[in-house]
Amino acid sequence: MAIFVDENNKVLVQGATGHQGVFHISEMLAFGTKVVAGVTPGKAGQDVKGVPIFNTVIEGVKKTGADTSLILVPARFAKDAVFEALEAGIKTIVTITENIPFHDAMEFVHYSKYKKAVLIGPNCPGIASPGKTKIGILPGSIFLEGNVGVASRSGTLTYEIVNSLKEKDIGQSTCVGLGGDPIIGTTFIDSLIAFEKDKNTKAIVLVGEIGGTAEEEAAEFIKENISKPVLAFIAGRTAPPGKRMGHAGAIIARGKGTAKSKIEAFKKADVKLAKFPTDIADLIEEII
Amino acid sequence: MKLFEYRGKELFSKYGIAVPNGKVVSMDKDFSNLNFPVVLKAQVPIGGRGKAGGIKTSKNLKEAEEKLSKIMGTDIRGYKVGKVLVEEMVNIKKELYISISLDRSKRMPLIMASASGGMDIESVPDDEILKEWISPLIGIQSFNIRSIVSKLGLEKEEGKKVSIVLSKIYKLFRDYDCELVEINPLIITKDGESMALDSKIIINDDAMFRHSDIIPELTELTSLEKEAKEKGIAFVQLGGNIGVIANGAGLTMATLDALTHFKGQGGVFLDLGGTDDPEKVKQAFELMKKAKPKVIFLNLFGGITKCDTVATGVKAVITKEGIDCPIITRIKGMNEDAAKEILKDAGLITATTLQDAAQRSSGLAGGK
Repeated sequence: MAIFVDENNKVLVQGATGHQGVFHISEMLAFGTKVVAGVTPGKAGQDVKGVPIFNTVIEGVKKTGADTSLILVPARFAKDAVFEALEAGIKTIVTITENIPFHDAMEFVHYSKYKKAVLIGPNCPGIASPGKTKIGILPGSIFLEGNVGVASRSGTLTYEIVNSLKEKDIGQSTCVGLGGDPIIGTTFIDSLIAFEKDKNTKAIVLVGEIGGTAEEEAAEFIKENISKPVLAFIAGRTAPPGKRMGHAGAIIARGKGTAKSKIEAFKKADVKLAKFPTDIADLIEEII
Repeated sequence: MKLFEYRGKELFSKYGIAVPNGKVVSMDKDFSNLNFPVVLKAQVPIGGRGKAGGIKTSKNLKEAEEKLSKIMGTDIRGYKVGKVLVEEMVNIKKELYISISLDRSKRMPLIMASASGGMDIESVPDDEILKEWISPLIGIQSFNIRSIVSKLGLEKEEGKKVSIVLSKIYKLFRDYDCELVEINPLIITKDGESMALDSKIIINDDAMFRHSDIIPELTELTSLEKEAKEKGIAFVQLGGNIGVIANGAGLTMATLDALTHFKGQGGVFLDLGGTDDPEKVKQAFELMKKAKPKVIFLNLFGGITKCDTVATGVKAVITKEGIDCPIITRIKGMNEDAAKEILKDAGLITATTLQDAAQRSSGLAGGK
C-alpha cells in the first residue's frame, strides 16, 4: 500500500511536448509509472516516447482512461489546466508549476475539493510511491520501497533526506511534495490522515519550513489523531522576518510562521526533531 | 508588491470608496486646490511613520511649506521620503479597522474588522477582531457582510455605508490579485459618510503580468536583490559574511541553519533552483561576488540535475571570473564522485557532509 497514488494511477501529462514534459515522461516511464496520455493544444496525433498526445484533456481521458493529471504548463495557464482536468473527471492532480498567482490557486484548490479530487501542489516536485509510481519531477534514483512516509514543503531538501534514508537501507511507502506556495491543495494534515491509515507506513517524516501555520496545525492534529511515530525537520531557523526565502510561502509575516513556533509545537506533540536534514535517517534507525 | 498609500487611494477612488481630498506634493511645493488645515503624510512602505516624524499637520500654507521641507528627504526607518501626500483634515466621528487578506490555512479570503480602528491591529486583542471567511467559489454574499457589520456597533445608516465599502474592497481584492487590502482607519465622518484615511495594499508579485496599470515604483529589495530578481534567481541578503549557494529553497535555508549551528553567519541566500544551465551558474557566482562574502559555501544535491554537470559549470566560472575568497563545496547525489574531482581540480575545498562543510565555512569566516 501507499498513499494517494500507486501502480494503478493512469497518468495524463498537461504540457507534455515541451522540454520538461518530454524529459519527465521518459523519467516516469523508466520508474514504472503508467503514463498513458499527453495534452498539448494543437499537437494531437503526435507522441512523446510512445505516449499519445491529445488536444484536450477530455479526449485523452476518453481514449486512454486517464484518471490522474500531471500539470507542467506555464503559470499563467495553470488555472485553466487544472479546471480542464477537473471538468474532464480527473481525480488526482499533481501541479508542479511555480509562480501561479495565489488567487488562481485559491480557486482551483476549492474547486478540486468540491469535485472530491486530490490536488497536490502547486510549486511542488510531485509524489512518489517507490516500487509503484512516480508522478512529478522527483529524481527516481533516490527512492527505495519501504515503510517510511514523507510529506514535505521542499524539493531538494526532501531528496536529500530520502537519499540519506536509502543509504541506510530505509525505504519509503510514499513521499509527497506538498509545495512551497502559501496556497496549496494537499496539506500536512491530509498526508498524516492517509499515512495513519496506510498499513505499510510505520513512521512519518514531515519536512517543514518557515511561513504560515501548517506545522503548528499538524502538531495539534498529531496529538489527538496519530499513533505512528512522527519525525520532523524545519528549515529556516535563521531566516529573518519579512523576507521571502526562495519559496513564495517561506516568509515570516506579522510575527507568524517562525521556525521557533513550529519547533515548539512539534515538541509539545512528541514529534522528534532533527537538527540537520540527514539526522532524520539516524532518528528513524533508532525507532525501527 | 506593496503600493504606496496614495496609489492605494487611487485604487479606492476607482472603486468608489471615498478618500480625503488630497494630492501628492513633492519638491514643487504645489499646494493649490487644497483647503487648510491639511495633514502631510510621508509615502513610505512601512508602518509606524507617525512616530518617526513622517506625519505632520499644518494650519496654513506657510506652515505646510516648512513642514514639507522637513519631511522630504528624511530617512524613515531606512526609507528616504521622496513623496508626501497632503490631504485636507476631516472630522472623525468613528474609527474602524477593516482588511481582507489571504488565509493560508483555510485558503480563503479573510475579512477582519474591528471597532477599534486607527490602532496597530496586532495590538488589538484577538476577541475584539471580527473575522469572516469568504468562499472563493461563490464570492462575498450579503450574509457575510451582515455578520461583520452587525457587530461593529454602528448606527443603521453608518452600517449601510460600511457594507458598501466591504463589498467594494472585496471586488478590488479579487480584481487586483491582492494579498492584503487594509483600511486603517476607515472612518465615519460627522456628516455620517464613510472614508478611507489610509490604505495598505499588497499585490501578489506572481500576478503582476495581468495588472499592467500598476506601476512598480516601490521596492524593499536591495540593489543586488533587484538585479537577481531580474535574472530569475532567488537571492536574499542577510547580516553575515558567508555566501550560501544551494539548489532548492529548503536546502538553502537548511544550509544557513547549519552554519548558525557552528557559529557562522549567512550573508547571502542564493537558491540556484533546479538548474544546471552554465549561464545561470555563471550569473549566480557573479551576483555572489558582488555581495563580497568572506567565504562561499556551495551546497548541492544532484537529483534530476546531475552533480558533474553543475560542477563543470562552476569550474568554468571560477576559472574565468577569478573568485578571490575560499569556496567550500559539499556535493551529493547523482554522479557526485565525478563532480568532486572536477571541483578539486578547480582548487575548491570539498567536504563530505553538510556538518563538515558548515563547520569549515564557519571557521574560515571567523566563527568557531
